Amino acid sequence: MQFFGGSDISPSPPAPTASGHNAHMMYMFNRNGVCLFYREWNRPLRTLNPQQDHKLMFGLLFSLKSLTAKMDPTSAEKGNLGVPQLPGQGCSFHSFRTNTYKLSFMESPSGIKIILVTHPRTGDLREALKYIYNLYVEYVAKNPVYAPGTPIKCELFNTNLDQYVRSIS
Amino acid sequence: MAAAAIYSLFIINKSGGLIYYKEYGSAGRMDTNDSLRVASLWHSMHAISQQLSPTVGCSGIELLEADAFDLHCFQSLTGTKFFVVCEPGTLHMDALLKVIYELYTDYMEMPIRCELFDLNLSQAVQKDRVALLGR
Repeated sequence: MQFFGGSDISPSPPAPTASGHNAHMMYMFNRNGVCLFYREWNRPLRTLNPQQDHKLMFGLLFSLKSLTAKMDPTSAEKGNLGVPQLPGQGCSFHSFRTNTYKLSFMESPSGIKIILVTHPRTGDLREALKYIYNLYVEYVAKNPVYAPGTPIKCELFNTNLDQYVRSIS
Repeated sequence: MAAAAIYSLFIINKSGGLIYYKEYGSAGRMDTNDSLRVASLWHSMHAISQQLSPTVGCSGIELLEADAFDLHCFQSLTGTKFFVVCEPGTLHMDALLKVIYELYTDYMEMPIRCELFDLNLSQAVQKDRVALLGR
């Protein structure tokens, strides 16, 4: 896939391996907690309605970041628990795993948070999330019709995302 | 290969209260208040992670991978949580948590064994009294 900026700007995607829907769902939030994007591929269980679900997810991420910043064993100077962290400030996390799923997380310098929920044995998806962020940059952020801070409704983004997610193992 | 470095260990009860906290040497030492808050926060995050599961049967976070550390968590059947903060990529933490769990249950069993001892003792005493009175 060739982006406008050339391949030195966008990271090349990891080599596609086994196909099939191993990804459950994906969220994107901006720095204010607005859910810009939610896509579901395989979600048998939904305990809450969409609004509550989005808020709970954002709240979980906010609190986990606060926790990791406080628990950082390599840093002596830390703020108080619960103080909002700027993107890139303080130790953040990149994934967590339960017995039923793995959640991979990435925050861009502008505060765009991307969350991908996959099966528990998924490997490191940091490069994959960077690639997805680049899809966002190319198809959404650079789209003159798109208003920042509003929900993303872009067919090209959806199609390319679906295609890419199917190729990750 | 770098030696495994364990920074700290927490044990929290099923309500999220801190039972045990031990620092094994890190720049990020926490005072008592902070360790209590961290324990309580972890307990809540663990519960919320179950609510967000896309499939049934989620028992909460087992591994958290952060930039500067990994956190491994083991939850016993009674809801007690044991979690350890270690260097990223440290192996065999699951096995370590099981060992800590076993040590913990051994220690907790002692009061129960003492209770059983008391029970057996009073039963034995009762038998003797009856025998004495029945004489």
